[in-house]
Amino acid sequence: MADEVILLDYWPSAFGMRTRIALEEKNIKFEHREQDLFNKSQILLEMNPVHKKIPVLIHNGKPVCESLIQVEYIDETWPGGNSLLPSDPYQRAQAKFWGDFIDKKVSGPTWVLWGGKGEEQEAGKKEFIEVLKTLETELGDKAYFGGETFGYVDIALIGFYCWFDAYEKFANFSIEAECPKVIAWAKRCLKRESVAKSLPDPDKITKYVPELKKRLGME
Amino acid sequence: MVTGDVKLIGSWASVFVMRARIALNLKSISYEFLQETYGTKSELLLKSNPVHKKIPVLIHDDKPVCESNIIVQYIDEAWSSYGLSILPSQPYDRAIARFWAAYVDDKWFIALRSILTARGEEEKKAAIAEVEERTDHLEKAFIECSNGKPFFNGDHIGYLDIALGSFLGWWKVVELDANHILLDETKTPSLFQWAERFCNDPDVKPLMPETTKLAEFARKLFPKPQA
Repeated sequence: MADEVILLDYWPSAFGMRTRIALEEKNIKFEHREQDLFNKSQILLEMNPVHKKIPVLIHNGKPVCESLIQVEYIDETWPGGNSLLPSDPYQRAQAKFWGDFIDKKVSGPTWVLWGGKGEEQEAGKKEFIEVLKTLETELGDKAYFGGETFGYVDIALIGFYCWFDAYEKFANFSIEAECPKVIAWAKRCLKRESVAKSLPDPDKITKYVPELKKRLGME
Repeated sequence: MVTGDVKLIGSWASVFVMRARIALNLKSISYEFLQETYGTKSELLLKSNPVHKKIPVLIHDDKPVCESNIIVQYIDEAWSSYGLSILPSQPYDRAIARFWAAYVDDKWFIALRSILTARGEEEKKAAIAEVEERTDHLEKAFIECSNGKPFFNGDHIGYLDIALGSFLGWWKVVELDANHILLDETKTPSLFQWAERFCNDPDVKPLMPETTKLAEFARKLFPKPQA
């Protein structure tokens, strides 16, 4: 029996991109259902009643919520093909540590880069650069965070890359000047089909920001 | 079987440290417990967890693992042939356990903590209401996950039991501080009964801090503002 895989998503979400990339890496056929987060659908509210957020992965009618949990679920459910997490327990723990770090530290300061102003935005910029520099140190001279193979930590972070142009424009700074290795890593990731397919054009994100601010009442 | 050299940097009062210790007990792993002094951070802690500088840190053959839920998963995987499994065997059940463990940390614990840090009666009332609402979610989660069995994980304690159960000492302390029942036998009967079973588990009992001692520590950590 064929698997039915549905992804409730929102096109600019760096979190939704993680799940899309993971599914593409495993060559899983899925139905992408774009959600209106300002008018949440019945299925979204039913499938994620606790958080009412995207992405939601629905596998044969059963929902899995939280993007990194989805990535791990995808890796465990479809073990063939590209492994998303290392098999060694210590390496897995390291990958999860950095995934958790990205969740706690990256998305926090980013809204203020495109949506904030003044001192708050300056503080956010500083924090964001510090976090990226920590990640850059962790990356070192490796091709990907896990070494030679693209995987979990790369998937956790890469979705934010398509927002970089927007951050730079609205917060007035250059990310490449501060963290050139991160930019080089991101361009390397974009060469992968799964990533190229799953990330929207940065231009589209930058053009969307004013509309997003209006809808969120952030003017 | 050789378990290797195992150290755990932690504190008797920490919920997150307790998670790691319960997991090590479940696997019957001997370890050296390195108690941190409250108010200071040891050289070893700063070296082993330079990013967050927090406990617990598990050091296995000189390699550090940080973040309590990650440590518990590591213990389950590194010593998979020891004792019983901590995580469920099926990917979907594992995803559900991980989801609720994340909920405990990101939503439930934050609400519990805000009772202790609340300033004034209004803030306290609001914090209590939030904890009650979120505990209700956990009651439903228990019914769903346990499937009629005694623990979230089934017949024996597992990942999600550990994630939430480690809070039981602090849960009591916050109840006393708020002067309000937060684990109600009539409102959340399944959780109430689970809590008793969890605390009596032989791998948990010796680790659960004594309420008076913990309450005294809580007063140090969360001093009340002067009137």
